[in-house]
Amino acid sequence: MFKFLLKGVFRDRHRYLFPLLMVSSGVLIMVFMLALVNGYMDSFIRQSAGFETGHLKVVTRAYAELLSQRPFDLGMLDIQDDLTQWKKTYPQLDWVERIHFGALLDIPDADGLTREQGDVAGFGVDLFSSDRERKLMNLDKALVSGSIPKQPTEVLLSDRALHRLKLKLRDPVTLICSDVYGMMAFKKLVISGTINFGVEALDRGAIIADLSDIRNMLDMEGSAGEILAFFRNGVYDQKTVNDIRDDFNKKFSNSDDEFSPVMLALSDQNNMGTLLGTMQSLLGIFSMVFIIILGIVLWNSGLMNGIRRYGEFGVRLAVGESKRHIYWTLMLEAVIVGFAGSIIGIIFGLLISWYFNIKGMDVSVFNRNSTLMSEDIIYTSINIKTALSGLIPGVLSTLLGAMLAGVAVFKRQTSQLFKELEV
Amino acid sequence: MKNLLIAALLLCSIALWAQKPNAAGILSAIDKNMTSGSSKSSTRMVINAKRSSRSVESVNYAQGTDKFYTEYTAPPREKGTKMLKVGSNLWIFNPGTDRTIQISGNMLKQSVMGSDLSYEDFMEDTKLTEAYSATVDGEITYDKRDCWTMTLIAKQKDLAYHTRKLYVDKERYVVLYERLYAKSGKLLKSIKSSNVAKIGSRWYPRYILFKDELKEGKGTEYFIDSIQFDLAIPAATFTKAKLKK
Repeated sequence: MFKFLLKGVFRDRHRYLFPLLMVSSGVLIMVFMLALVNGYMDSFIRQSAGFETGHLKVVTRAYAELLSQRPFDLGMLDIQDDLTQWKKTYPQLDWVERIHFGALLDIPDADGLTREQGDVAGFGVDLFSSDRERKLMNLDKALVSGSIPKQPTEVLLSDRALHRLKLKLRDPVTLICSDVYGMMAFKKLVISGTINFGVEALDRGAIIADLSDIRNMLDMEGSAGEILAFFRNGVYDQKTVNDIRDDFNKKFSNSDDEFSPVMLALSDQNNMGTLLGTMQSLLGIFSMVFIIILGIVLWNSGLMNGIRRYGEFGVRLAVGESKRHIYWTLMLEAVIVGFAGSIIGIIFGLLISWYFNIKGMDVSVFNRNSTLMSEDIIYTSINIKTALSGLIPGVLSTLLGAMLAGVAVFKRQTSQLFKELEV
Repeated sequence: MKNLLIAALLLCSIALWAQKPNAAGILSAIDKNMTSGSSKSSTRMVINAKRSSRSVESVNYAQGTDKFYTEYTAPPREKGTKMLKVGSNLWIFNPGTDRTIQISGNMLKQSVMGSDLSYEDFMEDTKLTEAYSATVDGEITYDKRDCWTMTLIAKQKDLAYHTRKLYVDKERYVVLYERLYAKSGKLLKSIKSSNVAKIGSRWYPRYILFKDELKEGKGTEYFIDSIQFDLAIPAATFTKAKLKK
């Protein structure tokens, strides 16, 4: 029966060509869009994780309550022994220590007196022991002029702040802020390079210094504001993340001590969970809309096909085939066409996605006024799930179209058949 | 009989009027205690933050109400840090960077050395009589001392605190307890003074507890270990050149 239907479908060009074109085009677009959106989400997670959240983050309970303010004075003091233990417990994670701070950048004149002052958002990161932070924060890509710091007291300043404060590369500056105990802290630094991340919040006035300089300035030797953890394979998996977080908090966190460490997942921070959930929902909605639109188009195609095959259905009914059987064969034909169209769409969708996976897509024009941390070049993300995500809607939409159009079979009156066939 | 009644009422009114103190007079007496032509003091500030307590020691010089010079002597990390205030300008010298920085704008709202005092508090130099109009609200016994309760409202717009509520020692004219409010009515700080001692002709508290009501912690304890009034201080003390010396 299946073989018979298969031959029937593919020997009649009118039966398969238009639905096949429609389904394959739709699936192609869908696979590509899913790969692009997944790529954007990966980029968003990568950027957010690298800059802010890590795949996981350890802070004190007091710090966690004011997480958006990044209060380093509520950070983890003398944390090295604990960190060694955490590294042993979770060998799949790579750990980086950071201190975020707000400070005043003071620019001296020739006499050493204040010429200009400006607020800066500071990052104390490990710039010298490995290139891990350079990669996580995309520093090489963000570098506009000068060079990445090579020795202590060298810093990177946002390019915009450099111009606003009328500074030049290698100019000495003084960072002023309160240390971990609230005392006034000063640090003399030299600007080795300027950066531009393409993110408004950072480009307004970010300063990146080596962690040792910031620890020294803030009286935080052996301490950190927050410790970020990343999966060594770079893949963020929500379930694994949740398992590690729960295990860590069970083992190392004490809810009665506000300075006890607590682990947060990426999705627990900065409404990232809601944001990722919304993106997933949008993907779901996108699939639904695709099914409905393609279903309506194919419904119309099925109706046209029904008119063309009006006589055929009449003869089949006349020779005793039941309406229900005709309807089911129509469904089966739809599944065959839907499946074939989807496979073609998936193949071409994957090919296009693969091209943009290699070359990337420049979306900088959309990021100009965005406050979200996303990269200017988006690389599509291809995986089995993306491919299969196109198959189901492709088959479902064809089936939906055929189901709606096929209802007409049940409206045929057997008593009228011969009269109709005479015509 | 009628005349007797009028006379009694008159006497009562006079007695009541005589009991009600002159608010401006009280402020003037407080100013007389707290301000001087010049002063030199050695102080300890114990900052009781959420996580730890730290002690900061300093030697301070003052000339009138608008010139202050402070040199921090402990802890070692802060030793050599100097602060100079002349009029409405405030500079801080950091020996580690050999830089003199002017504190202005938002920095003035920051806390001094992590304490419950802001630079703005440090900058406030006007006498109470000049800056506030006062009313006496009543009487209270506070810290076993008979006190006037007073409300002070700022005469000028640029003062850090719009309203102050004071308990003033009736006998020694020292403010023993004070609550400082913003114009919105929000309580910003409270100050408790004790260990009041006679120094020369004036009464002066040797212990003050400052509490920033907007942050956690037990407040900042301020110990005045020694203080001398009306002594000759070289004019060079209040110059920027002194900061780098």
